[in-house]
Amino acid sequence: MESKHPLEFLITWFIRLTGYSSIFFVVLILFFLVSEGLPALSEVSLDTLFSTRWYPIESYYGILPLILGSLVVTIGAMLIAVPFGIGTAVYLSEVARPMVREILKPLVEILAGLPSVMLGFLGIQVVSPFLREFLDLPTGLTAFAGSLLLGGIAIPTIVSIAEDAMNNVPQSYRQGALALGATRWQTMWGVTFPAARSGIITAIMLGLGRAIGETMTVMMVTGNAPIMPNSIRALFMPIRTMTATIASEMGEVAAGSIHYHVLFFIGIVLFLLALIVNITASWVSMRKQTHKERVLS
Amino acid sequence: MSHLFEMVKRFKLYPRQVEWLGFRALAVGSVLTITPIFMVVIYILVQGGPAISWGFLTQMPQNGMREGGILPALVGTLYLTLGTAIFSVPLGIGAAIYLSEYSSDSSLTRIIRLAIINLAGIPSVVYGLFGLGLFVIFLNFGTSILAASLTLSIMTLPVIISTTEEALRAVPQSFRVVAISLGATRWQAIRRVVLPQALPGILTGVILGLERAAGETAPILFTGAAFFLPRLPQSPMDATMALPYHLFVISTQVPGMPIRIQYGTVLVLLTFVLGMNIVATVIRSRARARRQW
Repeated sequence: MESKHPLEFLITWFIRLTGYSSIFFVVLILFFLVSEGLPALSEVSLDTLFSTRWYPIESYYGILPLILGSLVVTIGAMLIAVPFGIGTAVYLSEVARPMVREILKPLVEILAGLPSVMLGFLGIQVVSPFLREFLDLPTGLTAFAGSLLLGGIAIPTIVSIAEDAMNNVPQSYRQGALALGATRWQTMWGVTFPAARSGIITAIMLGLGRAIGETMTVMMVTGNAPIMPNSIRALFMPIRTMTATIASEMGEVAAGSIHYHVLFFIGIVLFLLALIVNITASWVSMRKQTHKERVLS
Repeated sequence: MSHLFEMVKRFKLYPRQVEWLGFRALAVGSVLTITPIFMVVIYILVQGGPAISWGFLTQMPQNGMREGGILPALVGTLYLTLGTAIFSVPLGIGAAIYLSEYSSDSSLTRIIRLAIINLAGIPSVVYGLFGLGLFVIFLNFGTSILAASLTLSIMTLPVIISTTEEALRAVPQSFRVVAISLGATRWQAIRRVVLPQALPGILTGVILGLERAAGETAPILFTGAAFFLPRLPQSPMDATMALPYHLFVISTQVPGMPIRIQYGTVLVLLTFVLGMNIVATVIRSRARARRQW
């Protein structure tokens, strides 16, 4: 039936091709990262690559301070984003009156749409001077400033996915708990929240993914110093993440140089981190479906 | 001391009191989370408002960007957004139609979904690296509007695919069944019945995807963005200035930049992005109000 008209045949094939295109693009991205980044392994010894000194001008290509820099900023961001994000999601889905929800939800979406370079700008102009004064630091451009702003970037992701997960819990669960005499508070945390658990884990993972990959904001506010973070004090010192290193140095290197290949190698590390985070997130939410099917059958 | 401990131990709240306290705490937490957004928007309006004038929007930057306007950055962002739309809209909508209307629940479909999830999670700066490797160097497009638009398109694709698919799936199955039982082919049913019904949802998704592209900096850093250009780009093969990159440049790379111009640029960028967001929200809520199924 579909191949009767030549036009229909063509359109069907076009749609099929676009459907497959996502696979093609992922493979293409991986191919270019690997083909430009893998030569780094033969040009720089593994000892150098995983050493603690990043100073490309003198051929020190140690990416450990950059990986740890990303970790410190991201952990700081999640410590802020998880409690506030989940709290807001629970409030919006279980407590807030419909009118309040209609006002607050678009605001969360606005936060999701703010360009990261704008948050970086506000970080330079407002957040870091404030932190310098308030915490009496030599400079406000620190990992902590980055964490604070990255937290803000991860929050909308966490809120919208976690709220969806809470909303998807069947109303009958809540009614059952309330009928047994539980308060709404007990119902929320004892029944609804555990039932939405996998969606909430997905929300946290995707928020984490956004925080690791964020570039402009951290580049502008974390002070851009590739120093090895070695204690909790590192949170209040300048730092450099993997993303910021690529963004600030790629513009100045010659294509095909060692430095160029190492920057692509960092790109591979970021790609793999994002892959792990996203596959974990989707694995958790797929498991949820089978669980739900079991409950409902 | 032990007396105090006893008191704490005996102090017990009734469930109702816990609930009352908990609700208040959650409300306070949510307000703390959401008020900064308000404050940011209002602060930028107040600080950037005085810089905005017709000249600011329509003049070339002068005196090392410390005077004059932001015309080339504004025009560049328009070009990049349009360029992104040209590639990502047909591709994204096509892929969504495939997933919602043609694909079965096979392992191939699952791989496609995994690929889309993966694309959505790749850091924006890695897209920049990819664009540099493929479009700028391998395909020899140079740093150009074309290379930057293509890079942004692939980054935008997962947003457009997932929102469009959701809009298509929201159209009731009976619509398709009736169309096909009346003799329509599968494509005719999609073209005449499903797509028109899903149009508002698709538009919302497309605008939200392009909004993200318009505000991004990292993917265009090495694929198409220029520090400063004395004239507007003449062809898709030219590099271009862009609002987000311009903001980055004037806030970190140019010493002695007047703060007024910086806030003015932020305000223009915010208006651009927020404007798209509001249009998308209005389309969605109007369509919801009118929907009859």
